[in-house]
Amino acid sequence: MSEALNLGINEALVGKIRQHGAESYPNECCGALLGRDANAEAIPARAAREVLEIFPLVNRREDSPRNRFFVTAEDAHDADKAAQAQGLDLIGWYHSHPDHPAKPSEYDREHAWPWYSYIIVSVQNGNPRDMTSWRLQDDRSAFVAEEVEIRNPAKA
Amino acid sequence: MTVRVMIPTPLRVYAGKRDSAEFRAGTVGEALAQLTGEFDDLRRHLFTDEGNLRSFVNVYVNGEDIRYLSKEETPTKDGDTISIIPSIAGGSCCE
Repeated sequence: MSEALNLGINEALVGKIRQHGAESYPNECCGALLGRDANAEAIPARAAREVLEIFPLVNRREDSPRNRFFVTAEDAHDADKAAQAQGLDLIGWYHSHPDHPAKPSEYDREHAWPWYSYIIVSVQNGNPRDMTSWRLQDDRSAFVAEEVEIRNPAKA
Repeated sequence: MTVRVMIPTPLRVYAGKRDSAEFRAGTVGEALAQLTGEFDDLRRHLFTDEGNLRSFVNVYVNGEDIRYLSKEETPTKDGDTISIIPSIAGGSCCE
């Protein structure tokens, strides 16, 4: 993976992700990122990838929701259908880290898929803090940080 | 028996951007072996170092989860579709 990685996302969607994290606290929230990938498009995009919608999901890890999230194949399929219905692609996922940094854990790495963008928001004592985004390296050894470019709706 | 293996979006970059590939295979395991044989970079994302399907890799034959059939020994017949469907998992640091 050698190209620059940047992820554009509207300020309003950032707010929704942060709110989902706050509302789910002390448990992890999760959801899908819908948008477009520049490499998949014939037209140039402002960023390598743009998040244009989110699709909040239910965390199915009922046994350990404070530090784990799980999206079933069925829920992932629903997210993909929602993307297609809007003419978008399923480009990644978001989840929160309650009282932990917005950095991928070893567990995140072991379970990640390549290509997808993974947004993580840290929620400290119920308050959303840092938000970062990552992509798994081709050899699965680590994540590479994506530069998050937040779009102001008024300037979009 | 010719079966079609559907390749999920996050893996297409390792399969020449293809969304499917066809192989002659008598079982799901044979089809997946041929898939990773042709596209070697897929292997590490589908299988552990021990050669087991990763837990978040769901495989279906004609819409049926192979976990409820004969897993990778599930027989396939001409025209079957094998789908690789991601489930998504993660979380913060500690158990």
